[in-house]
Formats: sequence, C-alpha cells, structure tokens
Amino acid sequence: MYDVLFICMEGLMLKEGELRIPSGCAISGIIDKKGNRFNGEEIIKSIALMHDRSNGLGGGFAAYGIYPQYKDFYALHIFYDNLTIKTQTEDFLAKHFDIESAGNIPTKPVPSVINSPLIWRYFVYPRTYMAKEGFMDEAEFTSKCIIRINKDYKGAHVFSSGKNMGTFKGVGYPEDIGEFFMLDTYEAYMWTAHGRFPTNTPGWWGGAHPFTLLNWSVVHNGEISSYDANRRFVEMYGYKCTLQTDTEVITYLFDMLVRKHKIPMRKAIKIIAAPFWDDIERLNKELQNELKSIRSVYANALINGPFSIILGYEKGMIALNDRIKLRSLIAAEKDDRTYIASEESAIRILCNSPDKLWAPKGGEPVIALLEGEQEWD
Amino acid sequence: MKKIYAFESKCLGCGLCEVYCKTAHSKSKDIIKAHKQENITSAIVIEEILQPKAVSYFALQCRHCSSPKCVKACISGAMYKDEKGIVRNDKEKCVSCLSCVLVCPFGAIKKSINGKTVSKCDLCIDYGKSLCIEYCPNEAIKLLNENEAEALK
Amino acid sequence: MGLDFNTPVFEVIRNEKKCIQCQVCVRQCSNKVHSYDSQDNVVCTDDIKCVNCHRCVILCPTKALIIRKYPLEFRENANWTSSVIKEIHKQSQTGGVLLSSMGNPKPFPIYWDRMLLNASQVTNPSIDPLREPMETKVMIGGKPEKLDFDAKGKLMTKMPPQVELRMPIMFSAMSYGSISRNAHEALARAATELGICYNTGEGGLNRDFYKYGKNTIVQVASGRFGVHRDYLNAGAAIEIKIGQGAKPGIGGHLPGKKVGEDVSATRMIPIGSDAISPAPHHDIYSIEDLRQLIYSLKETTNYKKPVFVKIAAVHNAAAIASGIVRAGADAVVVDGFRGGTGAAPTRVRDNVGIPIELALAAIDQRLREEEIRNRVSLIISGSIRNSADIVKAVALGADAVYIGSAAVIALGCHMCHSCSTGKCNWGIATQELELVKRLNPDIMYKRLVNLVSAWNHEIQEMLGGMGINAIDSLRGNRLMLRGIGLNEKELNILAIKYAGE
Repeated sequence: MYDVLFICMEGLMLKEGELRIPSGCAISGIIDKKGNRFNGEEIIKSIALMHDRSNGLGGGFAAYGIYPQYKDFYALHIFYDNLTIKTQTEDFLAKHFDIESAGNIPTKPVPSVINSPLIWRYFVYPRTYMAKEGFMDEAEFTSKCIIRINKDYKGAHVFSSGKNMGTFKGVGYPEDIGEFFMLDTYEAYMWTAHGRFPTNTPGWWGGAHPFTLLNWSVVHNGEISSYDANRRFVEMYGYKCTLQTDTEVITYLFDMLVRKHKIPMRKAIKIIAAPFWDDIERLNKELQNELKSIRSVYANALINGPFSIILGYEKGMIALNDRIKLRSLIAAEKDDRTYIASEESAIRILCNSPDKLWAPKGGEPVIALLEGEQEWD
Repeated sequence: MKKIYAFESKCLGCGLCEVYCKTAHSKSKDIIKAHKQENITSAIVIEEILQPKAVSYFALQCRHCSSPKCVKACISGAMYKDEKGIVRNDKEKCVSCLSCVLVCPFGAIKKSINGKTVSKCDLCIDYGKSLCIEYCPNEAIKLLNENEAEALK
Repeated sequence: MGLDFNTPVFEVIRNEKKCIQCQVCVRQCSNKVHSYDSQDNVVCTDDIKCVNCHRCVILCPTKALIIRKYPLEFRENANWTSSVIKEIHKQSQTGGVLLSSMGNPKPFPIYWDRMLLNASQVTNPSIDPLREPMETKVMIGGKPEKLDFDAKGKLMTKMPPQVELRMPIMFSAMSYGSISRNAHEALARAATELGICYNTGEGGLNRDFYKYGKNTIVQVASGRFGVHRDYLNAGAAIEIKIGQGAKPGIGGHLPGKKVGEDVSATRMIPIGSDAISPAPHHDIYSIEDLRQLIYSLKETTNYKKPVFVKIAAVHNAAAIASGIVRAGADAVVVDGFRGGTGAAPTRVRDNVGIPIELALAAIDQRLREEEIRNRVSLIISGSIRNSADIVKAVALGADAVYIGSAAVIALGCHMCHSCSTGKCNWGIATQELELVKRLNPDIMYKRLVNLVSAWNHEIQEMLGGMGINAIDSLRGNRLMLRGIGLNEKELNILAIKYAGE
C-alpha cells in the first residue's frame, strides 16, 4: 500500500511532496446477506490469524449496521491532535450541521496501543438550506464538508462519515485496535478489516485503514502504480487527496463513479479493472461499444498495479483484484454469509466447511449484497 | 526459371550494380582490386533515357531467352544454355567473333574491355549470389520468374 | 558575383586509395559536389556545394568518402562565433531573410533528458510485457463529462467520434509539396500497417491516397490548400493548424518550382504558382472565430470526425489551450519550439516559442485545474527523439505524440537542414522526380513500421518496469518522473519531484 502522509512545510501541505510507504497488508470481510447482526469478535479472529501480514503499524475495521438508533444521521468519527483544533472543527461542524449527539468513542487501554489522539464521534445532519443554496444534495454537501475539514483543519481528521456505519482504526496490530475500540460491543451485518505492514513508521492514526467517505469504506492490499494518474483524475472532480494513499483515491474513485456519475456498480468495476482491449475486440458490437466508451472516458480511473480490495457500502461488499491478479484474494460462501480474505486460513478459522470457496480471477468482482439489493440500483 | 529483372520505375541510375557486377566477376572478388587491377566489363549496363519530364534509367541484362539467338549464332560453341536454363558463355571457347553481340535482340551482350571474350549476365552463378540485387539501394533489381515480373510491371 | 565571402561549411575528403572512379557519388549528388575528370580519371569535389547529407558517403561502395566540418577557423570569439559572422556575410550579400530547415538546433535545455523514470522494486511487481498483456492503445477525441446508463445498465451516452491508435504515436503534419509523394505514400502505408495515423499537412490529399483515409488526419491550415468536402470526409480526423513549433506566428511558403502537376491538382492551385499560407487564418482573429471554424468542419463532416486544433507552444499556451477546449476542439495539439519544418526564417526558428516539456506540463495542469482535461485529448510534438521521450510525455499528461523529424530520419533524412532547397538527395523534401524516386515506398514504409514498432516495444518495457499494464495509467502520472539538474522553478512547472525525493 502506498501511504503518503501529510508533510507540512511552513504551514503548506505539499501536494506532490508525499512520503510513500510501501507495505504489505492483510484484508478480511464478512457479510450476513440476511442482515443479521453479529459482533466484532469474528472479524478480529480472522484478521488476527494473518498477524504476520501486519507489523503493528496500522489496523482497522469498518462495521455496517452498528448505529440503528441514528441511522438517518451521518456518523462522523474524528481524530484530533489537540483541543484547540477540536474547538475549531466543532465550530465548523456546528455551522454546517445539526448535531444530534456528540461524545468521545469509548476505548479501553491496551498496552500495545499508545499515543492515541482524541477520538470523537458526532451524529449529524446537514443544514438543508445550505446544501440547497449550493445546489447540492445532502450527501454531496456532507462529503464536501469532510473533504474541507481534512484539507484545511490541520490536526483534525474525519476518518468515518457514513450513516449507520463506522470505521475504527489506529496504529497497532488490528486485533489490538479491535480490543482498544471494544468491537465486541458493536453489532454489524457486515465487517471488513485491515492489517498493515508499512516499511516505514508513519505513527499517525489517520494513515491506518480502512479509508472511508460517506458510506464507502475501502480496505486494500497492494501498491497501485497508477496512483498519480488516478489522483489527478479525481481531483478534477472536486476531491482532494489529503492522505495521498491508494485507499483514499480508490474510495474517491468509487464515490465519484457510483454516487456522482451514477454508474451502475458492475460498470464501475469495468472501469476500475477494465477488460483488456484484446478481449473487448472479441465481444459483440454493442458490448464493444460500451466497453470502448468506458475505457475512453474513464481511462484515468483504471487502477493499475497489484491490488486486492474490499469495498463496503450500505448494500454490501464487493471484492476485486487487479486485472492480472497480482495480490492474493480468496472468497467463500456458507449459508447467508460471504467471507473474503487475503488468505484461505483466515476464512477457515471462522468457517471450516464453506459451501463454496474460490479464488476470484483478476478483474472479476465478488459481489456480496444484502438480500433484495441490486448493484445497479 | 528466375531471371534478373531491373525496374525502370525504381532504378536510380547510380551504377552500383555495375560496380558489384564487376566485383562478382573479378578474380580477386575485391571491389578495389577488381576495379584498379582487373579489366572487367559489367554484364549489367545502365542506360540513360531522356524522357520528356525527367531522366530515367534502364538496366540492360540478359533475358536468358528460351531459344537464345546468341547460342544459335555462336561459331565456337562457347555460348550455351545450361541445365538450369541460364545462358552462359564459356570464356575458354569464346573467340570473340561478336556474332552474339550482333544477334542479341536486347543488346545485353557486350564486348569485353580486353577484347578477348564477351560479357553477359550469368546470374553470378559462380559467385553464389547475385550481387547487383543485393547491393541495389532501391530494390530496383530483382530475381523473379516471368509471372512475378509481369505482376510487378 | 565578384566578391563572395561564402566559404565551404563542409569538406569532402576522398581516399584516393579506395576510390574506384565508379562515379556513383557523381550521379547521386543533386548538389553537384562531385564531378568526374575523364582526362585524369579522377573524381573531383566542390566543397562549397556540400550540405553534408551523407548520400554519397552511404552509397560509395568502397567507403572512400568522409565529410568533415570545414576546418577554416575564425579568430576565437565566444560572442562573434563563426556562424554569427557567416550569417552576416550572407545577409549583407543577399539582403534576404535567413532561411533554415528542420528544428531549433541551439543548445537550449532538453527537459526530456532531465527527467528520470521510475521502476518497481519489491513492494510491487514489475510486469513482463513478453508474458503479460501490455496495452498501449489510446483513444483520441472529445470525451463526454460522464457516461449515462439506463435502469437496466445499458449505455445511453452516444460517444463522440474517436480515433483509435494502436500506440500513442502519429506521424506529424508534413504536406505533399514540402515532402514528396513517395514520402507520403510511405507514411500512409506505415500508419495503416501500424494502426496509427499520419497527417496530410496543409497540402491537401492526393486522390490516390484516399484509400488510407482511416489512418489519415487531414489538415486545414491558413492557406486552405486542397480543402474541400471530400477531403474533409476522407480522413479519420481533421486538424486545424493555427501554428507550428518551428515558426510560431509565421505562415508558410511553398515555392512555385515545387508546384508541379500533381501538387497543383492536390492543392488546387495553378502549376508553378507559389503556395503562400498566411500567418493567421484570416477567418480566425479570435477564439470565437475558431469555434465557428471547428463547428463548420463538424457540420461538413456530420459530426463524424474529431476536430483537432494545433498550436505552437508559446508563452501563453496553457490559457490558449483552455480556450481551444472551450471552443469545442476534440484534441489540442501543441508543437514545441524544436519542431521541424521544411523552411522557416532562421531567427524565428531559433528564438520563438518555448520547450514542449514545459508547455505540456503547464497545459495539462491548467486544463485539470479548470476541470476540462478529460474533455479532450492532448497531443504533443516538437522533437520527440525516442521512446523514452514518449513515456515522459505521457507521464506529464499527453495522450499521444506526433513524430515528424524522427519519421523522416527513418526515411533516410540525415538532418542536413537543407529541405528548403528542394534538392533532397534522399527523395524526401523534393519534388524532382529523379530524386523522389530514391525514396522507394516499399522499402521505406517498412523502416517506419520498424521504428515505431521498436518504440512501442520499448514503451511496453518501460511501462512493465513501472508495474503498469495500460498506458492510460501512465497518463498524467507524474509521480513516475523525477527531475535531475533542474531548478525549483522548473520542478514547479513540471510539477515533479527531484531525484532522491
């Protein structure tokens, strides 16, 4: 994974002055397609098994369905470096949102998890009139506000902003981070998890994964070689890649394609992991036309280089490999559940005899959605 | 059989074919020696044609006719058609009567500079490859059979 | 001409031991440098006529010839160099504007050589193009903001016309007139075989070449030579030429002696008349006029052809490019100050315009800031010398490049900078039938195919090294570049980091 952190120089963030930290990673995801909720113990068990794929410098989880009582509010999880920036950020929040509830996220001390920032949670709703004034819908308004905070409020970082979902992450082994955030006390119908193996010490909690925007969350193992092409592409559409990580840009790409451009998920996948021209040539005229259009218009949204990602959103999760499968990714099904992980063992430890277990081909998505959901809705 | 064809449309008149023809038919097989020390007559000859618009060139060389007049006219039996169909001149037998030069309808046989024999294209059969083809800078000379040549005209 | 200050520029040295008096040099030199003295059986030379095109050197069967810089020296002076002095001598003799050919030869910085490429090590794998697919295909043309699909997932957006290039390389605009018919044929055939395009330049398109239309870009320039409905519809795309890197702000002039029967018919001008392209298009005095021409051309071709607009890389290129995009162009072509030409005023060639690398970086960045980069394709030209230049250009943000000088070099050009004389010994920049013949399209198109295929292989190797398997992922990917020997300002404009950062 390419991690590129803030580098501040005389108060200026260097857009192209990133520190790139290549790293290996572990990813895992579980969904109950009937929507039955279960606590975080299982996902911790799965990601913990792949302990050797992380090195204690980052772990995190995304959980969907955890805030049913606040399901209409955006749940903002924010890291603060200090109280001053917290006050400033809260001023901004209060100006743009109605805050239904605010408080710190409960944690418990874990010896290996140190130097944690202030971790706060807000359930908010955008001030409708402001969104209307800007001719935006509430989601666009919210995402703009979040991008603004992350870009302009140094020392504050919104790391989760969806509805009825939340991200929990930090510097440490993922199982320790899970314990720190007491994930056994949350119940979700879908969990994804990430363990990092960076080759350098970022020491910054915001740099851990998953990366999220609104309901999107991405956990990712890989190092994309198209990073700057993708970044400069999404930045044309109002995004700012403040973290400058692969995961961030992948999230923005999906957000832009599916939410903003309203492209059906299945087609969005054809953009992200586009079929080869030679394969396109073999298809019928109509399909050819479609895929050629996709590859022409969204050429810069193709993600290149090794990646395996699990994309979570309110409808479920989608796992995807780069088109020549340069990273491991295994999927399995058992009853109502779909499991995805970097290693088969991380699935077997939860589900010893799956109904089906397979290694998805490069560029071929595993789509595991809640019952009744369609990826092109 | 394959013969050497020169295409007027491609011929630049540079004369390199003549240089290499002489080299191929020299004793030394060395360009500089062939020209400086040996007296050789090129079997391929570039003729300049003055056309209304521009000068063009025409390379003359033996057509290896199916019933060659030169063979019939030869008084010493030096001119013959070999088993491959190549019309050749046996320099040992040639008495340089020049009957062949007289009867050749294409003007493809020349009297040697030394005056003792005649000079004509033998497809560099002794040399192993036709140097005029190899060194033509514009691919104007080709080894083709009649149909191929016709197709290219 | 009594007193003539001209001295030879080159000296022809003949090795008498090797010379066999075959006179190939005599027959091949259109400048009549060599002559045969039958009395003494020697070949003589007249150095002053030599332009150093190497024709005689290459064709000499014994390699008896060497051409050197004429050793005549002026007193050493870093300011008043020999070329400065000679130019003054020449102008004081003729009273004329100095003319030059090919591109700017001055020692300005070559930014391509000050950028280095990245490669994958350990953390992500490089990709072997011999074993894995490696895509270099690009689609050139205007793009919609986004694609729309209906409820069933069917594509609703109708795509504007695209030119499909199998590799991101095209042959630059070189008109029939400035180059020979055979050169055009070689370019057209090579483009067809390679699955790319060549460009007619502003000299119209000979009817015999309409069959290569799918691989032809037809140009519309200020002289409008050879422009008519069939011509516009004959190609894969139309290019409006506003300017040229070698001579920004200057028109063109094809001397009447080059306008023979065929050129005259193709250009639709009388035989022997000078073909003068005005400096501006006289129907484009502003950006809104450009829009009208773009849409007139689109109307004429029923919106089936992308319309490119080509400008020279000048100081304000980024803003101009933005205007061109907004005027409705489907591709912006930018030609750098090293771009070649058949003839340009020397002072203009050597002093006007800016390096293409900087112009490209600025334009790509500007179009992105204005959020319109994805609407168009960006094509650059102006001295692309090898495949690494192309990879760097794409990383800076170009969709494709045009190669002109490199293409003519493949056709035999030895960069003697004498195109304007019309006596090109290699049959490229000439209309003299005897010389044109020297460029045998059967041979030369293959050389072009070889060159571009070789470059494509190299591009694939470099892409694979970077862990990229589609050129799309390199486009604008400036993190793949690092600067070396550049100052802060240059790094900022190129928006790249320094090596080691």
